Amino acid sequence: MERIPILKLGNSLLVTVQVELHDQLALTLQDDLTQAIAKHRARGVLIDISALDVVDSFIGRTLAHIASMARVLDAATVLVGMQPAVAITLVELGLTLPGIRTALNVDKGVALLQVLMNESGEPGSND
Amino acid sequence: MSNPHAALAAIIEQHQATILRDWLQQQLATSTVRRDPARDNALRDQSAQFLSLFIQALKSPHSDNFNDSVWDEIRELLKSVSRARVQQGFTPTETATFVFSLKEQLFSLVLSSLDSDSDQRTPLLIQVSSLLDQLGLYTTEVYQQSREQIIGNQQQELLELSTPVVSLYDGILALPLIGTLDSERTQIVMENLLQGIVSTEASIAIIDITGVPTVDTLVAQHLLKTVAAARLMGAECIISGIRPQIAQTIVHLGVDLGGVATKATLADAFKLALKRRNLGIYANTK
Repeated sequence: MERIPILKLGNSLLVTVQVELHDQLALTLQDDLTQAIAKHRARGVLIDISALDVVDSFIGRTLAHIASMARVLDAATVLVGMQPAVAITLVELGLTLPGIRTALNVDKGVALLQVLMNESGEPGSND
Repeated sequence: MSNPHAALAAIIEQHQATILRDWLQQQLATSTVRRDPARDNALRDQSAQFLSLFIQALKSPHSDNFNDSVWDEIRELLKSVSRARVQQGFTPTETATFVFSLKEQLFSLVLSSLDSDSDQRTPLLIQVSSLLDQLGLYTTEVYQQSREQIIGNQQQELLELSTPVVSLYDGILALPLIGTLDSERTQIVMENLLQGIVSTEASIAIIDITGVPTVDTLVAQHLLKTVAAARLMGAECIISGIRPQIAQTIVHLGVDLGGVATKATLADAFKLALKRRNLGIYANTK
């Protein structure tokens, strides 16, 4: 079955969506990611969607759900690489994804993630 | 179905050369513009072409339907004549007169070709009149369309001109909005802003609405949409340039700005942006 690879980067997880994200794949990602957070005791998740040209309302909601689930497992989520056209479409659909933190690219996303993990975690949490 | 204009076509073709000569003479005589050889030659060519194409179209059995393809060539000719004349400064009436002036020649032709008691005369006169009316009106339509196209182009340019995105400092963008913010403009503003965020890797965007005359619930909605889109791309927005009247309107209307930072002036917004980036400005004590 098709899966999106999840990479471990220090004590956070990195997910880069390189393929067309259809509904089933998104749900599988949701499963895999929650399992991985628990298994590696990750404190942060970075999801890169710079390769996605289209994000519909289902995918948008699924991403928001992933962030909420991660928070319940005490991990912060940052969404990076949204393309301008995708951002406009989501906003027009009324999906402003309020619960997710965002950054422009992976660089900034990693920096933000560090800040978020430090804020909420034990003092001196670093890799 | 037999050609309804067969008789007319025959008569005109028979006397084509004479008609053309008399028509040209009439046009040149009534011309209000200073004559010059180049324009006269152009007129000669256009008139000759028009007459030939007219006869050609009339010979076809489909000539009673003005939308049929037999009239395409003559329509193309009229289009180019109309466009050329607009450039030369002719009014649409003068351009239409090019076609209408042929009526006089054709009327006298019909009257002289047929006996005065022939019952063919009236139908032919009506045919001439209605055909040339349609062709003359077509030139006015073409003129109208080209005008509308120019207006459309100018509107587009105006929209693009009035939404610049300027970089104030590393990672800080400013978006001074001038003029009303309707949904079409908001699209362009959003696109420009998001493109700017991507190319400058900005993390803060200051939207200045000093130049926006009125802010009602719709405008506020557009602003909030833009702020949300920027946030999805990892940049936070500060709205500045809020005049006292605008502040009153916003409260009276019960508009919820949803936690977006707002400042009265661009300067204050810039100071806030620097603070958020952990930057400061100090004086050189030397």
